[in-house]
Amino acid sequence: MMKSRELPAGEINKMIRVSSISGPSSSTAKGRDIRFAGSRFGWHKLPWKKLSLHVGLVAILMLAIPLFVAISEPGSTPVLASSDWSGVTQAVAAEAVTPAATTNTAAGDAASKELIPAPQPEAKDYPNIGVSSRSVVWIVAQLHLYFGAFVLAVPIFVLLIEWIGVKTGDSRYEAMAHEFMKISATAYAITSLLGGTLAFALFLLYPDFMGYMMRVFGSQTLVYAALFFSESIVVYLYYYSWDALRYGNAKWAHLTLGLLVNVVGLTLMVMSNAWATFMMAPSGVNEVGAVTGNIWQILKGPLWNALNLHRFIANIAFGGAVVGAYAAYRFLSSKTPEEKAHYDWMGYTANFIAILSFLPLPFAGYYLMAEVYAYSQTMGITAMGGILAWLFIVQAVLIGAILLAGNYYLWSGMSRTEGSERYQGYIKYIAFVLVTSFLVWITPHTLILSPAEIRLLGGANHHILGVFGIMPAKNIAVNLMLIFTFLSFQLFRRADKVAVVSWERAGNALMVTIYAVAVFNVVFAGVYYGYFTNTLYKVGSSVMQVASTLTVIISGIILDTYLYKGARILPSHWGKVTNRSQYALFALPVAFTWLMALMGYVRSSVRTHWHVNNIMRDNSPDNFIPAIGYAGNMMTIVTILFIAMVLFVFWVSTLSEKKQLPPESSGQEVGQ
Amino acid sequence: MILLRVLGFSLLLTLFFTLVANLLPQVEGDAPKATKVDLSSLTPEKYAAIGDTIFHGKGTCTLCHNERGRAPNIAVLNLADETKKALADANYQGNATDIESYIHESMLKPSAYVVPGFGKKGAPNVSPMPTISKPPIALSAIEINAVIAYLQAKDGNDITVPLPSADAAPAVADNSGGSGDAPAIAATAEEALNKYGCTACHTILDSEADTGPNLKKVGPTLSEEFIRKSIIYPNADITKGYEADIMPDDFAEQMNVKELEMIVKFIRAGGKK
Repeated sequence: MMKSRELPAGEINKMIRVSSISGPSSSTAKGRDIRFAGSRFGWHKLPWKKLSLHVGLVAILMLAIPLFVAISEPGSTPVLASSDWSGVTQAVAAEAVTPAATTNTAAGDAASKELIPAPQPEAKDYPNIGVSSRSVVWIVAQLHLYFGAFVLAVPIFVLLIEWIGVKTGDSRYEAMAHEFMKISATAYAITSLLGGTLAFALFLLYPDFMGYMMRVFGSQTLVYAALFFSESIVVYLYYYSWDALRYGNAKWAHLTLGLLVNVVGLTLMVMSNAWATFMMAPSGVNEVGAVTGNIWQILKGPLWNALNLHRFIANIAFGGAVVGAYAAYRFLSSKTPEEKAHYDWMGYTANFIAILSFLPLPFAGYYLMAEVYAYSQTMGITAMGGILAWLFIVQAVLIGAILLAGNYYLWSGMSRTEGSERYQGYIKYIAFVLVTSFLVWITPHTLILSPAEIRLLGGANHHILGVFGIMPAKNIAVNLMLIFTFLSFQLFRRADKVAVVSWERAGNALMVTIYAVAVFNVVFAGVYYGYFTNTLYKVGSSVMQVASTLTVIISGIILDTYLYKGARILPSHWGKVTNRSQYALFALPVAFTWLMALMGYVRSSVRTHWHVNNIMRDNSPDNFIPAIGYAGNMMTIVTILFIAMVLFVFWVSTLSEKKQLPPESSGQEVGQ
Repeated sequence: MILLRVLGFSLLLTLFFTLVANLLPQVEGDAPKATKVDLSSLTPEKYAAIGDTIFHGKGTCTLCHNERGRAPNIAVLNLADETKKALADANYQGNATDIESYIHESMLKPSAYVVPGFGKKGAPNVSPMPTISKPPIALSAIEINAVIAYLQAKDGNDITVPLPSADAAPAVADNSGGSGDAPAIAATAEEALNKYGCTACHTILDSEADTGPNLKKVGPTLSEEFIRKSIIYPNADITKGYEADIMPDDFAEQMNVKELEMIVKFIRAGGKK
């Protein structure tokens, strides 16, 4: 029996070998050779810290310069003189393209050039390939987004885990970070292929729209391409140099490479986000779509920052969930206790990343929707109160599934720790709150009913359940689910620890008080301001609820950090967890994947019948918002395709660990 | 085997989510379609009917102008009275002289006059209403006049906007959601009560129905304001012994102001003129 979460050195070494031999060029022997070679050449004597800092700064400058040039160059989006945009009426209202509309330093230049409005293609101008163009783009774009989110998110926490490994000296972190990166690097090639396919599909199926987007974003697209090229270089350098730059100062060079991967990756993400937000809330163009601003004004639309924040957090949660599934897959396939221990720990870490990132996500979503409402009330109402409103019931089901699966995994995981019996009694109460809140959340406000059904029900709203259909009830439910999920998480983290600080009782009393006040706040604000005052207070009260939930999360993390400083660690048995719990780790990415498709669909559909909101109308045969069932079927198709491709990535990742034995029967050596 | 199990589990979960999406009401959101209008046979009433369609459809007016208090509930206001009040207000900044020019101005320069209490938060004299001739609503001049015609007709006022000329051949929003006929205004309270089916549930006129309260009996005991509120917000106060959510809550949109007032006065008088 192992005495603590720290595994015996022998087992750790075995685990490291299990994971480190998996890299295409990272056999242990080879890694040693490289280290020896490094020593021979005296690499360790070089001032690596300074060097890596310099290399990092130079690289950032190299990336920043083209970006700065693209941003600062007045009118850097060349206004094409061609007038062959099909369907364009060149006789645009003169006042709409007057120089007065330009409000930037490019005004003089732009005014002297011809301001070309956005093309307005007619139905006949859209190529017909025999299947729905929108469906083709929908599938390819969503798959590209999934993989893009994954490969951009994984290096964020890989870098963090690698750094923790360096700081703690625990080589398990090193091994895990390397293995996560292996999956990400394998998925990177698929991301590129899907990106290329998406670009081809868009240019083929929506030539006028893409022509317009190229005109608006101009040379920024080339900067994007250059960044993508740079990302490819640094991702593979980061992955393949893992063993070559493993110890001492060389490790800092490797961490700098990881930082570079993330800098370039995040820049790529925010640049491509700008295309999506430009379509929703165009900026830097006038009322008819003629470019009047510089690229910075075009990029920095009113929804850009909100979407950047939302996608940044969501990507980490998604990435965590997918690598969690990888760990679960490897756990279920493991043959030895050592392997099981390793992948159990990996699954736990991945789930930790996914759930911790997921907790603040609703607030980032709230911020995004607030910005959408601030930009256009009509757009906000279309999303939340119009034809798309029913989708939020599906969203509730998905988020409920994520939280229930995440909690179930935590509860199951507690069984591997000997000190968990102190907290297991609370699980049933947490489960009750979660399930009750989930049921309230999915209760619809109104139902489409026949007159007979209305009479039977006693009205369009049920006299008891109707109360749960409105936003105040949902807000209470969501916040309680988040608070109690954090409670599960906190209990799980405490399960293997015994606090030794003198103020333990006072600390626990403070934590209980914080929970109690937060729950009271959430319920009181929801009930009193939601049902007994007017709408103005109802909206304002949700801020109080969010603040209460965030207070619990933040104070819980801070308090436990100090409360369990130098705590006595109780034995944990990694690998001693049920197979059933691993399916919770599959449920998370499946629900996340579906949820991303759903929310992406909502975000995109609020433009209704516009390619670029209010500027370039969509006149294609697919310019309608499809019914939820159709959209749901599309999401399922994309999700299944993604799962199949991800399983392929997992399989390819494990393939490199397998080695064919030389044929013994013939006695011949391979190659002879 | 593990691969198959994992695939099967993922597939089942995905199908469950799909099932939920397919169980919900299935509605498609069509893009507005341009419709040609035969101007040679256009009458003021038909023009007002087109305005009705635009008001409740392409114009998206009812997103805010409804009973929820986001903007003045035009459906229950007589715009002739509102125009008088606005033009007499010291805060009025526009140049309108009559109902037509006031409505026109309100749509194109919403901040020329902001009805007290409906300004932007922190800037009470700035209207949150978008200029409806500009995107996203972007109504044409002919469509704007059609909306004015509807707003005049719904209150029983004269339609004063000019009909579009025969050569204009305007494209207006799809009228599939509208009745296609001019709003026929009831001439008397009895006609209005029959028109809106009040007699189906209430004891009033010759009806002895008991689904809703006996209006002949309770009417004289109530104030006009209470009766008006009970028609517009039927669930605001439920008479003991009766259930909520039975009476339709969209009469504010269905009735014009003159009809509503006739009904209110008729009920207050105990079913007598």
